[in-house]
Amino acid sequence: MTWKEFTYFAPTTLDEALALLAEHGREARVLAGGTDLLLRLKTGQWRPRYIVNIKRVPGLDEISFDPASGLRLGTLVTAASLARSEVVQAHYPALAQGAGVMASAQIRNLATVGGNLCNGAPSADLAPPLIALGGLAVVLGPDGQRQVPLDEFFLGPGQTALEPGELLVGVTVPLPQPGSGAVYLKHSPRRAMDIAVVGVAVAMTKSQKSHPAPAGSPDPAAVCEDVRIVLGAVAPTPLRARRAEELLRGQEITGERVAEAARTTAQEARPIDDVRGSAWYRRRMVEVLTRRGLTQLTEEKRQMSK
Amino acid sequence: MTKKYQIALIVNGEQRELSVAVHHTLLDVLRNKLELRGANRGCDSGDCGACTVLMNGKAVTSCMVLAVDADGAEITTIEGLARDSRLHPLQQAFVEHGAVQCGFCTPGMILTAVALLEENPHPTEAEVRAGLAGNLCRCTGYAKIVEAVLAASAYHAPDE
Repeated sequence: MTWKEFTYFAPTTLDEALALLAEHGREARVLAGGTDLLLRLKTGQWRPRYIVNIKRVPGLDEISFDPASGLRLGTLVTAASLARSEVVQAHYPALAQGAGVMASAQIRNLATVGGNLCNGAPSADLAPPLIALGGLAVVLGPDGQRQVPLDEFFLGPGQTALEPGELLVGVTVPLPQPGSGAVYLKHSPRRAMDIAVVGVAVAMTKSQKSHPAPAGSPDPAAVCEDVRIVLGAVAPTPLRARRAEELLRGQEITGERVAEAARTTAQEARPIDDVRGSAWYRRRMVEVLTRRGLTQLTEEKRQMSK
Repeated sequence: MTKKYQIALIVNGEQRELSVAVHHTLLDVLRNKLELRGANRGCDSGDCGACTVLMNGKAVTSCMVLAVDADGAEITTIEGLARDSRLHPLQQAFVEHGAVQCGFCTPGMILTAVALLEENPHPTEAEVRAGLAGNLCRCTGYAKIVEAVLAASAYHAPDE
């Protein structure tokens, strides 16, 4: 057994959990779903002196949707409940897609939103859709509550904006704009139980020009009001392709412009060679998936968010 | 001297009080303390599904759950499925369809399938395959396993 002996705490209130994290800060690890933590404990990669299990704190596993303000996910919401949630499927399908393609049914029943984000893996499946949808991390710590936009949350592999003593208690996602859509596309050799070689989330808000599009044409009059393109597994952190976003924002969406944005996105990726795929291959797949995502959203009939 | 923690589990309907070390997983406790050896240790890293049990009705890889974290949970293992010496419909279907080869993956397959049918009583073949994606069979007997799950789903009365 490579495990180092650790002291286990199972606080039953948020205050108690925060006090433990404030006291033991750097020497503590938070246990949520445990699917990443246990692996690292078993391999000896992490040797924390304290484990703080936050699953006994009530209320952290709730999904709530308010048609005026948007979605709130508790940090302990599991991937399975996210994928199954009717409000998530209806208003944030890209998020349900990201949760539904994680690992296996057994792991999705354990793995949590908070764990997927705090683990800080560049390939985390929930990060690209949450960033694309404008999600905010809700963080509690010794100095009270702060909100961190998720596109500033990831600092490097395994590193997040959380300071010692801080706890991610949830994520909020704003209400989708009318005319907006989002999609998450994951590429991995196996469809299940595999880490993304490339993940691409695209969120776009379109508006229509006043004249109707000719019948049968793929919505040529649509204008991209706003767009976010977020890449997973091709940089030290989940990455926004800001130059590609800029190419599209405020512009009429044409096939040519989509292709150019996809090429630019591939240039913005900073992939490495590893056992799952070469940098060259990843870059090509970024281009393909970005083009595919943008095309899907462009061709989608204009949908008002309900 | 390793510190012990007291936990209580309901395993296959029976209340069990146990003293566990902090690094024991649910799988360790089931196999070594309760001598329920149906849940198998394959990869010990949540990838193969051989250790799958139901925790509060949901399929989980028991090698990825700390025993202390499972305190208070209701656990169903393969040993708890048969009723009055009658096999569970999924066990029966596995036997009838030749879905058991070496048997190592079978308990995990069946428990994952129990949870799948609980949530989706009449799945399509694609849904069965997707649902069982986290259970590896190295005898490569997937076809018979999928047939067995589909056959068992037909036993489910529509109102059940």
